[in-house]
Amino acid sequence: MRTVVVVGHGMVGHRLVEALIGRDVRHEWRIVVLAEESRPAYDRVALSSYVDSWDADALALPAVADDRVELRLGDPCAAIDRRRRRVRTASGQRVSYDALVLATGSAPFVPPVPGHDLAGCYVYRTPEDLDAIRAAAKRAMHSTAAGRRSGVVVGGGLLGLEAAYALRQLGLSPHVVELASWLMPMQVDEGGGALLRRFIEGLGVRVYCGNATKAIEEDRGRLLVRLSDGTELDTDVVVFSTGVRPRDQLAREAKLPLGERGGVLVDDGCRTADEHIWAIGECAAVGGRCYGLVAPGYAMAEVVADRLLGGTATFPGADTSTKLKLLGVDVASFGDAHAKVEGALEVIHNDPVAGRYAKLVVSDDARTLLGGVLVGDAELYGTLRALVGAELPADPGALISPSGSELDAGALPAGAQVCSCHGVTVETITSAVHQQGCTTVPALKACTKAGTGCGSCVPMLKKLLAAQGVEQSKALCEHFAHSRAELFQIVAVTRARTFSELVTKHGTGRGCDICKPAVASILASLSGVLNPGSHILDGEQAALQDTNDHFLANLQRNGTYSVVPRVPGGEITPEKLIVLGEVARDFGLYTKITGGQRIDLFGARVEQLPAIWRRLVDAGFESGHAYGKALRTVKSCVGTDWCRYGVQDSVGLAIALELRYRGLRAPHKVKAAVSGCARECAEARSKDFGVIATEKGWNLYVCGNGGFRPRHADLLVSDVDTETLVRTIDRFLMFYVRTADRLQRTAPWLDEMEGGLDHLRDVIVHDSLGICAELDAAIEAHVAGYSDEWRAVLDDPVKLARFTSFVNAPGVPDPTIEFVQERGQPTPAHRRPGQPVVIAGPKLAAVR
Amino acid sequence: MTAQVQARWTAVCRYDDLIPERGVAALVDGAAVAVFRTHDGQLYALSNLDPFSSASVLSRGIVGDRGGRPTVASPIYKQVFDLTTGICLDDPTVSVPTYPVRLVDGAVEVCSP
Repeated sequence: MRTVVVVGHGMVGHRLVEALIGRDVRHEWRIVVLAEESRPAYDRVALSSYVDSWDADALALPAVADDRVELRLGDPCAAIDRRRRRVRTASGQRVSYDALVLATGSAPFVPPVPGHDLAGCYVYRTPEDLDAIRAAAKRAMHSTAAGRRSGVVVGGGLLGLEAAYALRQLGLSPHVVELASWLMPMQVDEGGGALLRRFIEGLGVRVYCGNATKAIEEDRGRLLVRLSDGTELDTDVVVFSTGVRPRDQLAREAKLPLGERGGVLVDDGCRTADEHIWAIGECAAVGGRCYGLVAPGYAMAEVVADRLLGGTATFPGADTSTKLKLLGVDVASFGDAHAKVEGALEVIHNDPVAGRYAKLVVSDDARTLLGGVLVGDAELYGTLRALVGAELPADPGALISPSGSELDAGALPAGAQVCSCHGVTVETITSAVHQQGCTTVPALKACTKAGTGCGSCVPMLKKLLAAQGVEQSKALCEHFAHSRAELFQIVAVTRARTFSELVTKHGTGRGCDICKPAVASILASLSGVLNPGSHILDGEQAALQDTNDHFLANLQRNGTYSVVPRVPGGEITPEKLIVLGEVARDFGLYTKITGGQRIDLFGARVEQLPAIWRRLVDAGFESGHAYGKALRTVKSCVGTDWCRYGVQDSVGLAIALELRYRGLRAPHKVKAAVSGCARECAEARSKDFGVIATEKGWNLYVCGNGGFRPRHADLLVSDVDTETLVRTIDRFLMFYVRTADRLQRTAPWLDEMEGGLDHLRDVIVHDSLGICAELDAAIEAHVAGYSDEWRAVLDDPVKLARFTSFVNAPGVPDPTIEFVQERGQPTPAHRRPGQPVVIAGPKLAAVR
Repeated sequence: MTAQVQARWTAVCRYDDLIPERGVAALVDGAAVAVFRTHDGQLYALSNLDPFSSASVLSRGIVGDRGGRPTVASPIYKQVFDLTTGICLDDPTVSVPTYPVRLVDGAVEVCSP
């Protein structure tokens, strides 16, 4: 096996490892990664989200679990010995290589203004930088110096504006100083920059464009920033965000040629002048040009992975188009955004009142699209970017006018690029549809890789499928040709009471593990209306339930279950806490606090569940529905009762909401939270619905998500009173229960909703569909019909009898269940077979 | 009479104790066996051990059909097994043992291996 040494474990270095491991089917290479930082590769592009969680692990990229990969953290490469083909690390270790890939990235550039190195001056690059800024902000908050606490960001580019957002989150008043005449000069033009500035200033950020930073001085315990126009800014923190420089020191010392403006010079195969050495990402100068974006870096990583395996891939050049949401403002830029092509014409639509700026750059005959800028509304981005270089299907002015009809995906030329992350064209998509029979977005993703990068082209993929005449199958499974939403309507209208009735009349066969739980959930959601007083384990319904619902507990990987009683709002008396402790101790259960402010008791065998619940129900607990696709918890902060800053009673509201919606079955789990003030200690904006107290009432945010694909919840209504709030949540939940797909959380539900948040607001606030009375009635029926599922089981000998490990030996425990003690608690004794041993995982702290 | 290896049948429960389209686990000569009654009244018995998770749980899966074949889906990682053959329909290289099962005077009996 040959050895490739990868210097740097940033996003691009990590991508190379992934690509090489994935493609190297003959196991030709082992990989040694020398990482400077003490943590494995993380999503630096999402660095600003760290301010919301302060959890660096949330940024971690998926580890490559493969024993061909050796990750050495915190021991960067110090020198390259090209003659002996080996490198020396900072700790003095030597590693020989057959191939060496430099992926050292770039370093923040700090302009040499006087005072740039004073305490209180920072850059914005790593979680550690943000930790330091946070600590400085905290110190400033506690200092007694005069004046408002503030932070100055030097540089009004993309990262600078993100830094301003971070400062604002830390409680500082942000100021942004930009040398150019407008914000984000790399991406947008003057008109777009002007609108962007209006948006940004509306968020409380002070902007100083056309200004250089002349000096930073210490001033009575704070800092003073002097600008070129004479402005003086008192501040506590200065953050430099003035571009990056490629980290090419290693190559320089190894006498490898560099680009004219820095960067390790490589050819279009990403190879340096030394045939054994490659460079990728922000440290590489491909044909002399460096790229400060991750997508071109990924493309370089793929090129080198291919080359190491004998391929001839070349770097295709980079599409530097970007679309982003910055402090809630859509900004997009694509192609020749600054009209640099000779003779290019600019067609502009500017509506500062509506907050919408659009510019198209077209060829001198106005027939070919060259590029453009969108601010405030970037919905057209996907289509327009794909049209770059192609003949325009319509008059350019009509394309961007608000009344203009939406571009038809069918009008796109074959060569138009749909997915810029993977360079996939319309032609590739259509051929995947017709030659390879791809009929769904997931199939297109697997077949062409389109949509697997940033994902911004997924809506376009759907349109292309439709344009090719492919109807998207909504069939739930082989037994029902209907979507979940359609089945819900069928059940509601026909008042079908059983699965058998439904599958006989509207489906085929006897169902499966997809349609049965889906139907069980629909029957349960509608039980308040159709079948009051019924239980999810009554009659035939019992056979439809997933094992979790069947045993009213959460199946764990060793066949045991976990038990989570409801603790509304996370408020619990000492007596109840003691009961939980006693039950856990008496039944030998592993105990852990959950993220939803309750307590999870693990390791219960089926036959133990009734005895455990007898104790819990007697102590006043009820089911927490942790096992169900249902409302889970409404988390809360302590609010006005205790907190010095709270402006409303968040605990009281959280408890009321949790009790109102407990037991409501939904397409997927539903999590909620209530924060008593804008500090948002309950993390409500990561929830399916989140409520944040204001001086005047409540703000309601919807469709947030943590988990696999985090999403901040969107503001639906603001400053409403409690009654309006509850009615709006009622309707939101019932509309979701009615219309979402199976296992679709609220976040993707909203993302796929035609018309998005505005449509949702129209439906449940303005009653545009005329269904609000029905939604209200359905929730009222649910609330009136609620009873505790576990208490009902304990009262029913037939249901209780099912809780045995062995039907012919009721007292005998399952002998395959064994525990070992870990940190003073029982944990499952066996590792799952075939489970990979993670080598390059986040838990590995040092050299293997 | 010559000695003969007798098939050993173990009565595990009453037929009426079985919920249609739901399984139960039974101990048969020390082995955990999942016994199912399908919608049409047929009986099936498989090893209760899910080969993908090594947990003794197949009796707790959802019973249904795929392409007309009666199936159970493992409750852990959802692989589907053919009740008649024990073969995993999502990965035919994997299968679980099946056991003969019969109905005698209302009692469900499983044959020991």
